[in-house]
Amino acid sequence: MSETTSTVARRRINLNGLLIEGRALIALVLIIIIFASLSPNYLGIDNLIIMTRHVAMNAILAIGMLMVILNGGIDLSVGSTVGLTGVVAGSLLEGLQIPFLDVFAYPAVWVVIVISLAVGMGIGYINGILIARLKVAPFIATLGMLYIARGIALLITNGTPFSRLRGEEALGNTGFLPFLKSSPLGLPMAVWVMVAFAIAFAIVLTKTPFGRWLYATGSNERAAELSGVPVKKVQTRIYLLAGLCAGAVGLLLTADLSSATPSGGEFFELNAIAAVVIGGAALSGGRGTIRGTLIGAFVIGFLVDGLVIVGVSQFWQQIIKGAVIIIAVALDQFQQTLQKRRAVKRVSADGKTSEPSRTAQSAPGEEKPLVDNSVDK
Amino acid sequence: MMTDFGTPTTDTDTDTDTDTDIVLRAVDITKRYGATEALKGVNFEVRRGKVTVLFGENGAGKSTLMKILAGVETPSSGHLELDGRVISVASPNEAVDLGISIIHQELNLCANLSVRDNIFIGRELRTAWGSIDYAAERRVVLGLMERLEEKIDPNTLVADLRLGQQQIIEIARALAADARILIMDEPTSALSATEVEVLFKVITDLTDNGVAIVYISHHLEEAIEVSDYAVVFRDGELVAKEAAANIDLPWVVGKMVGHAAEYDFRDEERNYGDVALSVKDVRIVDTSGAGRLSVNGVSFDVREGEIVCLYGLMGAGRTELVEAIAGREPIASGSVMLGSTDLKPLSIEQRIARGIGLVPEDRQRDGLVQLMSVGENMSLASLTSAVKSFFLSRGTEDGKIADQVRDVRVKTAGARAPITSLSGGNQQKVVIGKMLMTGPRVLLLDEPTRGIDVGAKGEIFSLLFREAKKGLAVLYVTSEIGEALTASHRILVMSKGRVVREFDPSISTREEVMAASGESEIGTSPIGATQ
Repeated sequence: MSETTSTVARRRINLNGLLIEGRALIALVLIIIIFASLSPNYLGIDNLIIMTRHVAMNAILAIGMLMVILNGGIDLSVGSTVGLTGVVAGSLLEGLQIPFLDVFAYPAVWVVIVISLAVGMGIGYINGILIARLKVAPFIATLGMLYIARGIALLITNGTPFSRLRGEEALGNTGFLPFLKSSPLGLPMAVWVMVAFAIAFAIVLTKTPFGRWLYATGSNERAAELSGVPVKKVQTRIYLLAGLCAGAVGLLLTADLSSATPSGGEFFELNAIAAVVIGGAALSGGRGTIRGTLIGAFVIGFLVDGLVIVGVSQFWQQIIKGAVIIIAVALDQFQQTLQKRRAVKRVSADGKTSEPSRTAQSAPGEEKPLVDNSVDK
Repeated sequence: MMTDFGTPTTDTDTDTDTDTDIVLRAVDITKRYGATEALKGVNFEVRRGKVTVLFGENGAGKSTLMKILAGVETPSSGHLELDGRVISVASPNEAVDLGISIIHQELNLCANLSVRDNIFIGRELRTAWGSIDYAAERRVVLGLMERLEEKIDPNTLVADLRLGQQQIIEIARALAADARILIMDEPTSALSATEVEVLFKVITDLTDNGVAIVYISHHLEEAIEVSDYAVVFRDGELVAKEAAANIDLPWVVGKMVGHAAEYDFRDEERNYGDVALSVKDVRIVDTSGAGRLSVNGVSFDVREGEIVCLYGLMGAGRTELVEAIAGREPIASGSVMLGSTDLKPLSIEQRIARGIGLVPEDRQRDGLVQLMSVGENMSLASLTSAVKSFFLSRGTEDGKIADQVRDVRVKTAGARAPITSLSGGNQQKVVIGKMLMTGPRVLLLDEPTRGIDVGAKGEIFSLLFREAKKGLAVLYVTSEIGEALTASHRILVMSKGRVVREFDPSISTREEVMAASGESEIGTSPIGATQ
């Protein structure tokens, strides 16, 4: 993951950054140690690859979700978008009947992939327009889209999954499964896609004005707007990117299952949100990194798979997963309160120390975490 | 003329009046925000059944002291004594329990709730069953409304009330809490003349019943009229205390302003260029509803190299005007031209690209991105200029930031220090530097020196005058008369949504300008001129 170490991330390596990201990392190490001691197979190369493949899809969704959460938004529709794009890919591979003609079109595999991703981005774009232009609350807009996208997927399939995804030699569309199920250099395609997305999005976040604008709008939208940041454009684009991520996962999931079901991707959005939050991002926006999010996805994936391997009952799995999410965020809050208190103490001890100065009215809408307060100097 | 209340002094030891009158005493209160001292060892007392009026310019420390008394803020050092007993007020609720209520300058009402619910919020009356006793609450509210001579039904939604009426509800809420000490921070700013009269009657009524009142107002004459004791603040220090019998307007103004400002930027040579900003007959609808116009037909020009000051009282429409010019609020009618460009159809980012930007009034809420560093804040408005083939060039950006940090003289541990580590003055320099980095033709600033210390104020103005010499047109809003007179080429006075008069600061007096704004009627009063 060192490829994603970015300038922004590097700058945040002060005490605070280390603690936030370190906490998720410590959790990951603990999970690995515990399950490795319980099950000798846990750390086997084969198992690690399988687990990473499971992590990959959630991680890709979480990267898209991070974009949205950095803006202070949320996208509940990504799970449904996964299902819809999978179904779109499946229907294209089975052959698309041209209306009024007794003709079936069989697009080439790359066309299928492009169209499916476009559908994902289209859903995200509609979310973005609803939220940025029509001022619908992100929670509501994407909740509505969650139902709409799922409904469309059910309409397309009439409720039954597509399972003839192999294509036919004669039609030249057999490449879908071989391509997405391949394992270049021994790693599954999903893992490669995750790495590619992580690098690309880390670059967007740290090396482009767009990334800086995203952090700025998430922290203080009013100030960003007055600084000439195109806040609406930023908001629309992040939902589009979240849709792109969902589209990619839809394709990978379809290939993984060798069938496209309309119920594919259900509840995926919740795992993605969990990964982002465990990775140290603030739901109020402005704080979070790709690296943290990846670690968060690994924590969840390795935990769930470990519980399965050591034979913990399904019911207990749910409870443990829930507890880990809550503990992670509670620790984050606790640590911030602690820092605030320390800052206050420092001030009362010595008025000249640098510390947050604020007017009585704090910025609207959030309890501000005093991030980066612990400049060590 | 001086009575036994002693000469004006900051030293409490010389107070000769009896301690029994004193309900609340603030001892050696100091409050720091970052490196700025908002209050410097203030000693202050509030007397039973009397009105103590606090005078001082913006940022002098009055509001900070009131917030400490009301439990909104805690002092960095020093303590409060209630009836001679040391108390600590950690929250507004604790203050209310101790009998200290505050009517804030900004309204703190829930617009979606009724008048009755607002008045009893957090202190609802209960029936024996524990549910809210609406009937009892209604009776109390009706009684309060009668006392305040307002015919407002207790079930009216606060959102449906005029601003002035909302202010009345704030006052009613404080009265309902049976306060022994009532703090009023600019209670009349939204009231009509008749409403002010009623308020003064209520104040007399309260003091007759032994309630101690602390009163803050920028309307000096009105405040002098209501006062029993006057206290004057300047730059975080209590500079004078006096009984009302011994004060008059010139005394108050003199103490408020102190010796002349340490900076004076009036220069003789003025070579202005072309008209950079032209505002014609602009009208802006008040966004708080009521179909009122906050700006009602304003026209003026600002030329290149000229620094124009927009002086006036709070609520005169100054903030609305500059925000509309910057593109944040829509203009109902009229035109705003930047050179030959019509600004009306342009977005904020397009206006910044054309060369006009705003340094907003509320630094924390609108000016800074708190989670970002000094440098990231500085470059936020001009990021695209640091892009090399799609990507931000860290080197280019850092170079530009370093230049600008030097140029506007930000005192910081480095461009990567968190923005929250800076003092108010330095934070403001970052916000100004951010707009200057976009290479503007016109810079708008709303209360650029609010809440920052004198030294930083001088630095900010010398920065503006330096940029003006290079051709920048500056339009800034201020409520400080000293600033308007010493740091501008031209003063436009706004009152009730209009530009009522224009002054040349080199030949105008403090009194003329203040009178034009409606702040004081000193020109027509028998007291005469100061200094």
